[in-house]
Amino acid sequence: MFFRLAVKSLLNRKGSIMLTIMAMAVSIFVLLGVEHIRGQSKQSFNSTVSGADLIVGARTGSMNLLLYSVFRMGSPTNNIDWQTYQNISANPKVAWAIPISLGDSHKGFRVMGTTTDYFTYFSYGKKRQLSFSKGKPFEQVFDVVLGAQVAKKLNYTLGANIILAHGLGKTSFSMHDQSPLKVVGILAPTGTPVDQTVHVSLQGIEAVHIDWQQIANMSGGAVSQKQIQALELELEPKSITAFMLGLTSRMNTFRVQRDINNYSNEPLTAILPGVALAELWQMMGLLENTLRLISGLILVAALLGLSAMMLASIRERKYEIHLLRVIGAPPWFLFFLVELEALLVSFVSMLVGITGLYLSLLIAGDVLSADFGMHIGLNILSFNNVLFLLLVAGSTVIAAAIPSFMAYKSASIGR
Amino acid sequence: MAIQLNDVRFAYPEAPNDCVLNIKSWSVSDQEHVFVHGPSGGGKSTLLNLLSGMLDANAGQVNVLGQRLDSMGARQRDHFRANHIGYIFQQFNLVPYIDAIDNIQLAHQFSNQQSLSDEIKSLLSSFHIPQSEWHKPVGRLSIGQQQRIAIARAMINKPELLIADEPTSSLDHNNRDNFMSELMAMVSEHRVTLLFVSHDMSLANYFGRADAFSEINTSGEHN
Repeated sequence: MFFRLAVKSLLNRKGSIMLTIMAMAVSIFVLLGVEHIRGQSKQSFNSTVSGADLIVGARTGSMNLLLYSVFRMGSPTNNIDWQTYQNISANPKVAWAIPISLGDSHKGFRVMGTTTDYFTYFSYGKKRQLSFSKGKPFEQVFDVVLGAQVAKKLNYTLGANIILAHGLGKTSFSMHDQSPLKVVGILAPTGTPVDQTVHVSLQGIEAVHIDWQQIANMSGGAVSQKQIQALELELEPKSITAFMLGLTSRMNTFRVQRDINNYSNEPLTAILPGVALAELWQMMGLLENTLRLISGLILVAALLGLSAMMLASIRERKYEIHLLRVIGAPPWFLFFLVELEALLVSFVSMLVGITGLYLSLLIAGDVLSADFGMHIGLNILSFNNVLFLLLVAGSTVIAAAIPSFMAYKSASIGR
Repeated sequence: MAIQLNDVRFAYPEAPNDCVLNIKSWSVSDQEHVFVHGPSGGGKSTLLNLLSGMLDANAGQVNVLGQRLDSMGARQRDHFRANHIGYIFQQFNLVPYIDAIDNIQLAHQFSNQQSLSDEIKSLLSSFHIPQSEWHKPVGRLSIGQQQRIAIARAMINKPELLIADEPTSSLDHNNRDNFMSELMAMVSEHRVTLLFVSHDMSLANYFGRADAFSEINTSGEHN
């Protein structure tokens, strides 16, 4: 009966209640949305690289190195010598090394030159290895392996011919349009920047940069298998952008890092991906807290609106309150009636907010994963968010205390 | 005695020097039907609020149905009111957005008695409320119907004392006569003490006893 009275009283004031619910729902949508996307993007970032013990690049900041080598964000400062790579990877403490050569793009997707070791040793998420949904790793100079998203977006299948552009824009003035590359493999989706990457061999990167048109012209426009093999020998890379290292023993990580940082032939930076990520989060912390603060303030505004609406209703319901008192309702009954009404409003707002967020993520999810390589899950009700919802319910009780107390007080006076 | 007041004084806390009620002695016997008349704004409602335990007297004895309200706590008085007193006002007798059955049920909620939905239905029938109106929010019913449901609501807990505060003022002549005859039949049948307050002297002939409020309350004379 108590519950029914509260529900019917709310239904009786549909207009103002609906608006209050909308305001609360929007604030809950923002609060949960920010928290959810924050958590998901962190998880997405953290799962991008998991196998490598060290990442090595030209002398630069650790953040910069992490961003361009792993996340394909920003531009490399400088290249490192091929000889340096070979020296370091020959170190007995090094189990494996993956060279990375960046700088080219294909229709907006970045091109990465590497070796087949990439497909063997690179891992993401919880130590998961890359797997092929179609085809196989590249073997020849002009073989290309596509990330899942690239193949999907550009509608490429095995055997397709593609052209690379120098630079990173979708349209570039310097198209390497004479180098026809052929798709030989397509990777399974990973939810990391790998999905957005076009992988070629280091020799492939070199090949599209040299003026090999002449070679082709000499043989009458067609490139024979023999010529390509001859080319491969010539195409030893002179420099690469960065490389990832796996060590034989993790115990050696800091010693190898120090050795690399003190490498005498050229200035290098070696970073531990986990440590660099932690630094990144520290940097993002301020932004995160600002976002949280703003969504918190939006919630406070919505709760104050709820409180004001309830307070106004107490005045309208003067006779109703008096009547309830006369038929024997004690003052606390009125206090809890108003509190219950506020909680019902807050609860419905949560449902509306959560449903709205779920639908938006469902719709926006494809765009986010295609354009940002961010995979946003749909399980909105994480531990943190459930905590937030409880906090909202708690704040509602506090915000409704003023109108509830007014109801209690007007009940006590009994006039 | 259903009601016995001795040396009762009352002033609202906002104006402690302005004595609204000053009653030397006044009583109502069990099952008596008393009509109290007087101009509005004279403190009649204040007296009724004292008798129902909504307000607490500053001094004196307030004896209702053999119980001393002036020595009870606020919660006890709420409980006492729910169980023993029925109350009908001029208007706003019902929560407008819930239906007749819920309104009566709600009044029942605060008493100690067991729920009896059959009793609610027979009460509504005896007050000539058609079954089609039972589940509509009472705000949509006519004033006459609302006042009759108000009697049903006031009677559901089988009170010993029924207090009516100008219940007919919002009714037209026809409705008023219907209301009065139904009310009087109900209180006689259930052997209820009735205290009826109105400024409308023409209603006095329904009652065996008619008191002028100015004779009960002497606060005006002393000031």
